[in-house]
Amino acid sequence: MNKTVNPNELTSDDDYGPLYAARKKVYPQSVHGTFRRIKWGLMAFCLGVYYFLPFVRWNRGLGAPSQAVLIDLPNSRFYFFFIELWPQEVYYFTGLLIVAAVALFLMNSVGGRIWCGYLCPQTVWTDLFYAVERLVEGDRRERMKKDKSSDPMKLERISEIVLKHSIWLLIAWWTGGAWVLYFNDAPTPVKELVTFQAPMIAYIWIAILTATTYVLAGFMREQVCTYMCPWPRIQAALTDEWALNVTYRYDRGEKRTSVKKAAELRALGEHVGDCVDCYQCVAVCPTGIDIRNGPQLECIQCGLCIDACDNVMTKIGRPKRLIGYDNDINIQRRQEGKAPVYRIVRPRTIVYSAIIAAVGGIMIYTLATRSLLDVNVLHDRNPVAVRLSDGSIRNAYTVRLLNKSGYDRVVAIDADGPANLTTHVVGIDSVTPDRPMIVIPRDSTSELRLLITAPAESNPEKSIPVRFHVTDIGLGEVATTTDNFVAP
Amino acid sequence: MTDHHGDIDSVTGKSTTGHEWDGIKELNTPLPRWWVISFYLTIIWSIGYWIVYPAWPLISSNTTGLLGYSTRASLAVELANLETLRGEKMAALAAAPLADIEKNPALLALARAKGRTVFGDNCAPCHGSGGAGAKGFPNLNDDDWLWGGTLEQIMQTIQFGARSGHAKTHEGQMLAFGKDGVLKPDEIVTVANYVRSLSGLSTRKGFDAAKGEKIFAENCVACHGDGGKGNPEMGAPNLTDKIWLYGSDEATLIETISQGRAGVMPAWEGRLDPATLKAMAVYVHSLGGGK
Repeated sequence: MNKTVNPNELTSDDDYGPLYAARKKVYPQSVHGTFRRIKWGLMAFCLGVYYFLPFVRWNRGLGAPSQAVLIDLPNSRFYFFFIELWPQEVYYFTGLLIVAAVALFLMNSVGGRIWCGYLCPQTVWTDLFYAVERLVEGDRRERMKKDKSSDPMKLERISEIVLKHSIWLLIAWWTGGAWVLYFNDAPTPVKELVTFQAPMIAYIWIAILTATTYVLAGFMREQVCTYMCPWPRIQAALTDEWALNVTYRYDRGEKRTSVKKAAELRALGEHVGDCVDCYQCVAVCPTGIDIRNGPQLECIQCGLCIDACDNVMTKIGRPKRLIGYDNDINIQRRQEGKAPVYRIVRPRTIVYSAIIAAVGGIMIYTLATRSLLDVNVLHDRNPVAVRLSDGSIRNAYTVRLLNKSGYDRVVAIDADGPANLTTHVVGIDSVTPDRPMIVIPRDSTSELRLLITAPAESNPEKSIPVRFHVTDIGLGEVATTTDNFVAP
Repeated sequence: MTDHHGDIDSVTGKSTTGHEWDGIKELNTPLPRWWVISFYLTIIWSIGYWIVYPAWPLISSNTTGLLGYSTRASLAVELANLETLRGEKMAALAAAPLADIEKNPALLALARAKGRTVFGDNCAPCHGSGGAGAKGFPNLNDDDWLWGGTLEQIMQTIQFGARSGHAKTHEGQMLAFGKDGVLKPDEIVTVANYVRSLSGLSTRKGFDAAKGEKIFAENCVACHGDGGKGNPEMGAPNLTDKIWLYGSDEATLIETISQGRAGVMPAWEGRLDPATLKAMAVYVHSLGGGK
């Protein structure tokens, strides 16, 4: 990246030259090692969750969706295993987003762009697409040779290209298809899709996500990270001097010499660097950079150069981790002859962890203690109060009862307010005087018109608070809310 | 316009239009060709519009255009589509007996929603948007009903109105005892105070209760009943309760007795379909005043 450029090759924007630099195709080489294994594992996990989660079933009882994770837009419900969220509980998603954001910060302060290198969908799918490419067309050298070859296309080459793109499209199509399954009972749309009976919106979404997956993972690749994604800028700003980044330990690597020369010089007792300039770290890099030029924007810190370098170091009998997770502070310390220091527990990691713990704790607490029975009350505004023929005063309220549980409930409504009040729900004949009882069907809301009448002699003040208690007759669960009783 | 292209401005080297004011000449800077072409195209396009869409006003109508398009017609189609969409539910409402609607939560919700919008369009000008009423226009939230407050009675009042001219309308009115010379002014004052006493309101000092009772018995009992309890058959209000349609102060009562009262409620049958009338009756009943 920091190579000197011949001035004659430079183009500027004010002449008729191109306004952009053409992409230099990257041919990452396959590599084996610790970080590659971690990446395979995380890829299998992430894709496995994404592709198969919609098929996981969860028994919620008769009539309720039996999909473990389901975003039910038509009915405004979100199901996540044992949790069922209603639209008014979207604040849980706010909490989730806060936790996710702070978790990213925490990852950064501990190990730099871990997200970019191992977990980002762009990285995961690009990695998968590279694996397919390697399988079909061969490794780095073969691919370079095939692309460079000016021979007329041979049938073998054409079939290779067709095969590669077919597999890519298949993966991309499955990616789009899996997305749709989160919004519907998974087996149903699968059947509908196969028989071309699915709603148009499903096909549109599948088409969009197939296209984006195919283009982003198959063609844009590292350019997404370098030019499109805002995260590298933000993450770089969040990374401090103690964060462990994929680092070329130049204190150990310089000066670079060939294996042979290094052996000769070492024999003479001279100091020689461990780097043998084999360019393996560059060959395996999916963004096509040279990590030995220091930390740079394009580096997604996937650690594949570490594996590549380790393999070479093992071969030439030098200690591993010439490239490794480290920081500049430790390189300086080693140069000064001090022992390296790794500080994971720092004020910022403590603060981030505390925020995650606090928000997560609040979410778990509210989830655990949240009520499955709820009541909202809206006072009639027009008229606010009515005087009846015998002089008593009546206020009307619109009461909305929410039954979030998976069974029908019988509830009783009580009101505490002015002395000797009577309650009446329109359309309900109470068996017990002043204690209207109604049935709220499972997983639904009921809207009622509730009338509260206070006798004339109670002589209420201009406005007194009323407490509404909604009691589940069977379970004793109570939901309460407050409004006012107003005199005319 | 004559061609002045020969007249060249010395500073810019451009030709002028030949227009000159106080020695200042206008440069000839024509519009760009693409602009002019677009302009002509829009004119051609507009001619197409005149032909295809309704455009020219005639004396009593307008040109209809080749497409026969009309915003009114398309609105009618949209409304018809909406009716079809709601048809099933409204049909259920039309089929249900009036007395059973409030017992069925789904029908009650539908009737209330439908009733609220129809009430807003048709009834709110007199009764207020929440049915709170005004002087001369009854409050529909309270429990005092001139013509009765059961579902059926409310339904009947909405359908046929009061003094509306409909064949089945409620008839009966408050006579003008003063204007028609039946009662003398001092008798009117006396009976007005007697009526106030019926509902426990204060009376004028020195008012003769016995005389008031006698006048009331002779003139008012026929409609308002013994003791002024009222009669829904005739729309005669209960004079003993706390609710007064026109006001309970002495001056208003004197006015009522002297001039009479005969407020009109229009008949809604024929203007609204039966299901809507039903929805409205249920809505008004559910406001809370129904019996």
